[in-house]
Amino acid sequence: MAKTLFEKIWDRHVVRDLPDGTSLLYIDRHLVHEVTSPQAFEGLRLTGRKVRHPELTFSTMDHNVPTDETRLTIQDPISKAQVEALEQNCKEHGIHLYGIGDDHQGIVHVIGPEMGITVPGLTLVCGDSHTSTHGAFGTLAFGIGTSEVEHVLATQTLRQKKPKTFKVEFTGKLSPHVHSKDMVLKLIGMIGTAGGTGSVFEFCGEAVRALSMEARMTICNMSIEGGAKAGLIAPDQTTFDYILAEDRPFAPKGEALEKAMAEWRKLPGDPDAVFDRTLVIDASTIAPQVSWGTSPGMVIDVDQPVPGLNDVAGYSAGDVRKALDYMGLEPGQDLTETPLDIVFIGSCTNSRIEDLRRAAAVLDGRQKADHVRLMVVPGSQQVRKQAEAEGLDNVFKAAGAEWRWAGCSMCLAMNPDKLAPRERCASTSNRNFEGRQGAGGRTHLVSPEMAAAAAIAGHFVDIRTWNGGQN
Amino acid sequence: MDAFTTHRGIVAPLDRANVDTDQIIPKQFLKSIQRTGFGPSAFFDWRYTLEGKPNPDFELNQPRYTERSILVTRNNFGCGSSREHAVWALAQDGLRVIVAPYRGEGHDFIPGFADIFKNNCSKNGIVTIELSEEEVEEIFRAVYAEEGLEATVDLESQTLVLHAGDGEKVYAFDYDASVKHKLLNGLDDIEESLLFEEDIEQFEKTHATWIHQG
Repeated sequence: MAKTLFEKIWDRHVVRDLPDGTSLLYIDRHLVHEVTSPQAFEGLRLTGRKVRHPELTFSTMDHNVPTDETRLTIQDPISKAQVEALEQNCKEHGIHLYGIGDDHQGIVHVIGPEMGITVPGLTLVCGDSHTSTHGAFGTLAFGIGTSEVEHVLATQTLRQKKPKTFKVEFTGKLSPHVHSKDMVLKLIGMIGTAGGTGSVFEFCGEAVRALSMEARMTICNMSIEGGAKAGLIAPDQTTFDYILAEDRPFAPKGEALEKAMAEWRKLPGDPDAVFDRTLVIDASTIAPQVSWGTSPGMVIDVDQPVPGLNDVAGYSAGDVRKALDYMGLEPGQDLTETPLDIVFIGSCTNSRIEDLRRAAAVLDGRQKADHVRLMVVPGSQQVRKQAEAEGLDNVFKAAGAEWRWAGCSMCLAMNPDKLAPRERCASTSNRNFEGRQGAGGRTHLVSPEMAAAAAIAGHFVDIRTWNGGQN
Repeated sequence: MDAFTTHRGIVAPLDRANVDTDQIIPKQFLKSIQRTGFGPSAFFDWRYTLEGKPNPDFELNQPRYTERSILVTRNNFGCGSSREHAVWALAQDGLRVIVAPYRGEGHDFIPGFADIFKNNCSKNGIVTIELSEEEVEEIFRAVYAEEGLEATVDLESQTLVLHAGDGEKVYAFDYDASVKHKLLNGLDDIEESLLFEEDIEQFEKTHATWIHQG
């Protein structure tokens, strides 16, 4: 029978189909970070269980770590205790750890691909909803809760019900200055934040094929914002080139690589495979997107006004009113005339080298607006190093930006990087929920290029027609 | 995990759609390495004013809902972050049951709960019940109309009985058979999966994980 990419991956991981309709699914990679793991390790301790495969388990510290000069000595005693707990747990169980100060420390979803931990055809889980990022390699990757983290540590499996398949085809070519961030925001605007619930997206079509691995990771990263369990993109030459391009210590080598590649080439779905649902979007019609509300589905083209109470599909007038009140906006308002306080370039969505290059290209030779604070937070220490080798750090600093160290930073504001109440932020992150970037803070989600231009102008601009701030 | 068979308690309303887990438990509470102590922080930013006082405008702060153990809310509850801390907070705040509506059908189907959240609930003895929008609307109206309104949830028969003053109302709900079996018997997931340890070992003999161990 013809199979989709998802079905091929699923089938090669079923240990046993169980009578209750679930399957015991083997897990090839388990990524661990400091926030969602301590209670899982404690569970192992209480039951006397061991980590079944420490060599398939990788951990780093990202959510809690400061991204400024204080990063090596965390001031917050509770954060410090959590980071130390991870160190202790990794030591006790023999798990790979890229801790603070390590050359490979970074956001868990940035370092996985970077180090060759993520390759095609795997099952990969992490106690973090943005695990969907790794689907860009044609690997079934999804977020789990702490109870499931403990389950994977102890058994290297999960009990899962088979999700549905949802094909999202982007036909045609993207317009200049429109990126994969805009593609995924557009999709979420169309289907809503629950539109993909119970499904795994497979992104395909000409516009997806044309994307770099970094751009593919951005689109898969936000699958969860569309409610989906995971997002997938079939591996192709772009994927293989990424894996081969640099030293990726955990990717297969030599003969093992050749054998793996032969299997990876068989992963793309069969031409006549059937999906439970299909949606086709003409990529050439997508404009730069900006979120205006408190849900990633509340999104508009940059040249559209803020919608009216009854103009938002999938949200009641009451929900829209609440969101507008929180955001300090009114229907009909133009976001290109609304002043911003902070611009944040970073997060597991958009903090890779290509994202920083795009932002730097806009900022090069220009100055941020006086009233704007601009933060650039690389996704990993390796991204930071690469950016510095290319001189991007000098571009950022000359433009008036803070050039930071790696971490989740202001995406979820668990470390000291946070918005004050009513501060308005252009953010390359993934969630504009109330208080996400700090209690009372107001988040607008955009691409790195849009964020960089907004930092210069002091408000959003339509990057397609912007004159670069010249009068 | 403690078993869930039946539960009777006071129903409280949270009339908002798409409540995300950042709202259920904000990030500052995720720094704990404990599994307990999250209850008073549930819905923190809505529940308390910036000065740290109970916010009188937050519906769950009304005295009539203090003893709540059943929450009725709107669709896509628990979306966003995978943090199980959200479920721990709700459970430790006294919740045993959450009711939310599904909407539409086929491609337009919008579920009552987000996937990861629903799964996390099942690991912590919270029963998530999905009813039609009309049924949930009815429960909202009944809750507003009658102070101290109680309901009984019976997992075995998959029914929620609303004990309204003007007569009882019974709602039947669908429930995943495997989760039901686990909750009714208070089974430990890991222990259950380890019953298949031989299958796992057998599987590992031929399965390629494509990792390079340098």
